[in-house]
Amino acid sequence: MISENSEVILSVRDLTAEVEGTPILKGLNLEVKAGEIHAIMGPNGSGKSTFSKVLAGHPAYRVTGGTVLFRGQNLLEWEPDERAKSGVFLAFQYPLEIPGVSNLDFLRVAYNSKRQHEGLEELDAFDFDDLVQQKLDVVKMNPAFLSRSVNEGFSGGEKKRNEILQMALLEPKLGILDETDSGLDIDALRIVAGGVNQLSHANNAIVLITHYQRLLDYIVPDYVHVMEAGRIITTGGKELALELESRGYDWVREEEAAEVAR
Amino acid sequence: MTLQVSMVPDVAETIGQAKIDRKTYLQTLLAQRSAVPASTVRGEETQVWLQVLRDRATEQVKELAIPSTKEEEWRFTDLSALLQTQFVAPPAVTVRLTDLEAWLLPEARDSRLVFVDGVYAPTLSAIGHLPAGVIVGNLPQALEQPLQNYLSKLPGAEEVFTALNTASFADTAIVWVPHNTSLEAPIHLLFVSTTGDVAALSHPRCLVIAEAGSCLALVETFVTLGEGEHLTNAVTEVWLGENAQVNHVRLQRNSLTAVHLGKTAVSQARDSRYTCIAVSLGAKLSRHNLEVFQAGEQTETTLNGLAMIGAEQVADTHSTIAFTKPYGSSYQTHKCIVSDRAHAVFNGKILVPKAAQLTNAAQVSRNLLLSPKARIDTKPQLEITADNVKCAHGATVSQLEDDEVFYLQSRGINQESARKLLVYAFAAEVIGQIAIPSLRENLSAIVRGYQA
Repeated sequence: MISENSEVILSVRDLTAEVEGTPILKGLNLEVKAGEIHAIMGPNGSGKSTFSKVLAGHPAYRVTGGTVLFRGQNLLEWEPDERAKSGVFLAFQYPLEIPGVSNLDFLRVAYNSKRQHEGLEELDAFDFDDLVQQKLDVVKMNPAFLSRSVNEGFSGGEKKRNEILQMALLEPKLGILDETDSGLDIDALRIVAGGVNQLSHANNAIVLITHYQRLLDYIVPDYVHVMEAGRIITTGGKELALELESRGYDWVREEEAAEVAR
Repeated sequence: MTLQVSMVPDVAETIGQAKIDRKTYLQTLLAQRSAVPASTVRGEETQVWLQVLRDRATEQVKELAIPSTKEEEWRFTDLSALLQTQFVAPPAVTVRLTDLEAWLLPEARDSRLVFVDGVYAPTLSAIGHLPAGVIVGNLPQALEQPLQNYLSKLPGAEEVFTALNTASFADTAIVWVPHNTSLEAPIHLLFVSTTGDVAALSHPRCLVIAEAGSCLALVETFVTLGEGEHLTNAVTEVWLGENAQVNHVRLQRNSLTAVHLGKTAVSQARDSRYTCIAVSLGAKLSRHNLEVFQAGEQTETTLNGLAMIGAEQVADTHSTIAFTKPYGSSYQTHKCIVSDRAHAVFNGKILVPKAAQLTNAAQVSRNLLLSPKARIDTKPQLEITADNVKCAHGATVSQLEDDEVFYLQSRGINQESARKLLVYAFAAEVIGQIAIPSLRENLSAIVRGYQA
């Protein structure tokens, strides 16, 4: 939902970043406002996942230039946990398994970290249990998953649903979904997309990073960006995704080359 | 099993001004032993076999020396530092129950024996109503039973520190559970070492007999009052009759300046089930020899170990599971969490002779290194001559992964808490197996507080 007067949630200017000395992001620009859903598409290796990890603050990625403002503040100065507590959420492409830590305990610790950050009282186990039961509906998750270790022995679809459950609890201002649709069967995709649609509202923003147009049948973006070699090379509406699906990424590259030539 | 002991006096070490070698030093430890306490003498016969047992062990020790790293069994653990301290039998110390509160188990309110520096402390112990025929007490209370068939009768009794214990011990914790008897409450044996003006030497001893069809839970806790130096040389022997079950927790929490040498020797008759959860947290130098002998068919052994150490601690576990008959099984997980300049050692021996066909043995050694100066030596040692067996083993050494820490941080958990949570998760697989709630919670809290 595009609205001119909405708050700017994320403003990325000329962002460059490298991993182990190899430049990946080469001057990325993006502005995301409250209420908007952005899709970032692009071929493998274009820098999509790197961008999501840079936003979340992964230590292996080094920012070498540019600025990232989150609600007007310098996001790059903050530790990953501070970013999370301030409202940045990254749904992982490959969520990690943490044997020995129950999913419920993990969710409670994460939720209470945010409450504490906001100066609110922590929820005790009982109140938290009530809250989490409501949120389970968002991703149609079996309560039995709460007592299992975090992601341990979960199927691919269950892991992704667990990510969206965490997002439902943490209620971020900016939700970044890194290839959340990859590897999902159609039923799981519907559930995950339905969850994201429920969580999207006028005061937050969603950035979908995806390789496949299929996801956008279920989550309708306001903007579609195409990434190539560490930059966003073209931006359009949802119809751009369809065009990409039928004509492939080469078409965008040629368009861009033509534009440069002109 | 045989232990090779070098008879060549090793390079001189210093105690005060005097030069001393490894053999001489061992004799100084032997010289600290007390006489057989009068309380264990009840009738001439009992006196004789106990005295014979001690004398024989004494003769063995006289021929031995403190092992050096030249011996395979001690390759990774250097006992040279031991020789720097003159350990002596400590004077009697008054210990109050309130001093021990942190280590008492509510679940074992009426089933607790306390030994202070190896000496039975009846006023600190509490034994309530027990099923008929059950004995939980000090040696004299059990002399009616044929103890001579069990005490010091397990293979490995000739090993140097085991022999030193047998030559020196006075009191002995005895747990005797008769045929088909099941104990509801866990038996808690609390071995307290004191510290004071002298570096105390003690030889705690324990004998557990679970007769056919019986079932019990046993907790041994080794602790130190104060922070000073001491040497605890403990030996525990456990006998399981046919179809008996023993769930054993062994917790070593001695002071960080202590030396802890421990032996757990177990014999299992057919169809019996033995599980041991051994946790080493304390001592500057600790060694646990865990030796299980499957004497009958279809016996099951489950060993779970955790060593969690920091500073300059050394924690060494040497386990042996010796199969002798068909259809035996064993499941072993040993975990080490090592930080600072600490050093963990694990040697897991599994013996499957020709007669032990259809053995199923699984061993896993998992290690978490938390600092660049920390060190781990892990060595699976499978000796298999039977040809129709399933034996799996694996060892991993890892660090806390950046990706794991990042995943937790990305959910709002700060770096320190994230690292602690991951360390806890690593240890939880072992600690979570403890069936006694207060002990499990207590250990969980300790692990949660570990500086990752």
